[in-house]
Amino acid sequence: MATKASRAAARLMISPAVLLLLGWMIVPLSMTLYFSFLRYNLLMPGMEEFTGWTNYRFFLTDPAFTAALWNTLLLVGGVLLITTVGGTLLALLMDQPFWGQGIVRILVIAPFFVMPTVSALVWKNMFMNPVNGLFAHVAKFFGLQPYDFLAQAPLGSIIFIVSWQWLPFATLILLTALQSLDQEQLEAAEMDGAGALSRFFYIMLPHLARAITVVILIQTIFLLSVFAEILVTTNGGPGVASTNLTYLIYMQSLLQFDVGGGSAGGVVAIILANIVAIFLMRMIGKNLEA
Amino acid sequence: MARNVTNRRKAVVTVLAWLVGLAIFFPILWIFILSFKSEGDAIKTPFEVLGSAWTFESYATVQERSNYFRHFWNSVVISVGSTLIGLLIAIPAAWAMAFVPGKRTKDVLMWMLSTKMLPPVGVLVPIYLLFRNLGLLDTRLGLVIVLTLINLPIIVWMLYTYFKEIPGEILEAARMDGASLKNELIHVLTPMAVPGIASTLLLNIILAWNEAFWTLNLTAAKAAPLTAFIASYSSPEGLFYAKLSAASTMAIAPILIMGWFSQKQLVRGLTFGAVK
Amino acid sequence: MGRITLDKVTKSFGEVNVIPPLDLTINDGEFVVFVGPSGCGKSTLLRLIAGLEDVTSGQIRIDGEDATDMPPAKRGLAMVFQSYALYPHMSVRKNIAFPMKMAGMPQDEQNRRIEAAAKSLNLTDYLDRRPGQLSGGQRQRVAIGRAIVREPSAFLFDEPLSNLDAALRVNMRLEISELHNALKTTMIYVTHDQVEAMTMADKIVVLRAGNIEQVGSPLELYKTPRNEFVAGFIGSPKMNLIRGETAAQKGAATIGIRPEHLAASTEGGLWQGTVGVAEHLGSDTFLHVHDHGLGDEPLTVRVDGEMAVRHGDRIFLTPDESKLHRFDKQGLRI
Ligand SMILES: Nc1ncnc2c1ncn2[C@@H]1O[C@H](COP(=O)(O)OP(=O)(O)O)[C@@H](O)[C@H]1O
Ligand SMILES: [Mg+2]
Repeated sequence: MATKASRAAARLMISPAVLLLLGWMIVPLSMTLYFSFLRYNLLMPGMEEFTGWTNYRFFLTDPAFTAALWNTLLLVGGVLLITTVGGTLLALLMDQPFWGQGIVRILVIAPFFVMPTVSALVWKNMFMNPVNGLFAHVAKFFGLQPYDFLAQAPLGSIIFIVSWQWLPFATLILLTALQSLDQEQLEAAEMDGAGALSRFFYIMLPHLARAITVVILIQTIFLLSVFAEILVTTNGGPGVASTNLTYLIYMQSLLQFDVGGGSAGGVVAIILANIVAIFLMRMIGKNLEA
Repeated sequence: MARNVTNRRKAVVTVLAWLVGLAIFFPILWIFILSFKSEGDAIKTPFEVLGSAWTFESYATVQERSNYFRHFWNSVVISVGSTLIGLLIAIPAAWAMAFVPGKRTKDVLMWMLSTKMLPPVGVLVPIYLLFRNLGLLDTRLGLVIVLTLINLPIIVWMLYTYFKEIPGEILEAARMDGASLKNELIHVLTPMAVPGIASTLLLNIILAWNEAFWTLNLTAAKAAPLTAFIASYSSPEGLFYAKLSAASTMAIAPILIMGWFSQKQLVRGLTFGAVK
Repeated sequence: MGRITLDKVTKSFGEVNVIPPLDLTINDGEFVVFVGPSGCGKSTLLRLIAGLEDVTSGQIRIDGEDATDMPPAKRGLAMVFQSYALYPHMSVRKNIAFPMKMAGMPQDEQNRRIEAAAKSLNLTDYLDRRPGQLSGGQRQRVAIGRAIVREPSAFLFDEPLSNLDAALRVNMRLEISELHNALKTTMIYVTHDQVEAMTMADKIVVLRAGNIEQVGSPLELYKTPRNEFVAGFIGSPKMNLIRGETAAQKGAATIGIRPEHLAASTEGGLWQGTVGVAEHLGSDTFLHVHDHGLGDEPLTVRVDGEMAVRHGDRIFLTPDESKLHRFDKQGLRI
């Protein structure tokens, strides 16, 4: 369905989107790349000079980088573990017939729509606060010592908060995938004598594999960039105990005004994200052909 | 007998599912409750909280002290504005890719998606400096631009998957009937794609409303949307539970309602059509 | 006016050549049917004429004017699609009005034409419904209504009846034929169903793999198929093709005889065999005759519906020599 005229029109119609995205990608990216080789601090304007790989050397050998890298991995890995396992279980539960399915579904997906700053602050102040938080009240009720979550286990607490936000996403997608499973296939397996566990492992799980992969990949993209939750709860602390790569680069660039160092960090972050992105794009690309 | 077993099973599942559902929803319910309490009551033990008097005073205070509605309005302008502009750019692009696919269409789509995977922090510094030099820091215009660009790939993708479901023959019929390209888009494609466009709009407003990297880094007092405004409760105002709750309730309520309406499209939009 | 000329038209999709150089003239007022098996390029050819695809080379002229690079809207043709392609968000009235609205026709003229079209197509009561609320046959009529109000110089139909059930199909076939009689406008009609081709066409164009195998009136094609392909494609049930010794005796590589040109008898005849399946249609019966020693394929023969034959009966067949078709090694008519 195409003539020369319609193809020409198509090129014209697509070009605003392409040009804008091209600009959005190339301009800042090349600036980041360029800055990353400069000694450039906003507090010392006019002192910019080319420094080669210095920024990278400093950034990569900074103990804070190693810590941030670990924290990023723990954060991403922890949230992924909780949300995919929890999401699968929840999806299995909600796929059963029960009274009020629609309402429970609405309750379960709600946290996904809560803006990150709200969810982080609510958990921090109203639940995890060691004096007036709900958890403290509960602990006191049972005669226990209240626990200062964000001070004692800052990263764990953030993992918990972020998991609460993303669990609905995983559940919703896995539930959608589960509902597209052919019921007759399950019935056939039941006729063939497969128990509930075998049905789960041999039929449901393989069917869910695709959706689980999608969940993992997409969440990874977003989780690598967790920022607001850290900013409003721990500010990356104590020390760098809850600083991830995104937050580290933010501190370096906008708090210490070290444009060169921040940019070098940015390049590192882009490279890491791209590794994940390649896998994700392959999956989606394959789907595009089908 | 069999019926009895399934009913008993259904009852067990019902109790379990409701318990889990309520547990997950509880924090939202709790801020909703606290938002109607006085500041003194809000920090008491849960039982005392529930027993205390109900009041609207926190809502009034939040508005008086911090001009809440300005930030609310910023959120509206930024999310709706960036979404509408995004749609305007994306509809023609998605039309082209869905109905006049070429050899490179797939590559273009994938490339657009790849821009979405750029970690924002990787371009934070240049954007910040560009915005500073162009006077776009702390302006709604600046945020509209950034949010349009970061969500454009999702809009194009969602529209593309919806347009793909419209038979090309209908657009060809319009062409035979003498419709120009403009008329084909305005009188035929757009009205036919209304459900798809509406869900794209909805999902994108949600994403833009909750965006909390650029809104936090590129705004200060003036253009701050609710994400940034709420962040200012980080300390020590955050200890005023009732006010934090009132501000939060107002910030999430509209989006929560929109989100519930768009749950189906959400899956499709956020997985780029990989799960439907 | 609607005289359409294709001059050495070719079409390739990338590497794949779908239409080899093709010449064809369609005269004003003619009802031309493109017929051929699925995938032979009928739709592609129609879409080239419509302007929905570009020709790779060659020229298309409409009423003598070069239309090769004209956009579809400018060609003055109307098309009825296989899926009807109605605008689902518009009422029947708006659907029919759409081409006139695009042409900027005055409102009262639009209304006049809509009323006239609706009346002739029995759509008057449905003008305010959406396509989704109509039956298949009604949708088909709306698509036709949308085409006729433009008063095009030619109508293009792409398998318009293939989504209808059998009874409705016969009806619509008649309606389209009547429409052609009333309007006397050129119509180009694409189908893979040779019955539609035979019953509707003034002129049939038989296509195979983008090539024109034969052009002619239904009877010409029936009586003098130019080659084995046309012989096998036109006529139902299919012509019997016999090769080998029997054909050689007649000085041909293949001989063909239509089921209706074989005389059957229980007493005696030129060939003999055993009756396999007998399909009783009432007026006629089609017998599939095996073990006739002329080849592996069973012979099909049409006999009178009253003739009492059963599975396993012995039967004698005699071809009508004057209706025998002879083909050479290349499959061409001798
Ligand atoms: N847009 C296209 N791209 C590539 N090949 C096509 C395209 N359209 C049609 N074809 C090919 O051209 C041949 C003829 O198709 P078509 O004209 O639709 O056949 P028909 O209508 O006779 O069934 C087919 O082999 C088909 O696969
Ligand atoms: Mg076809």
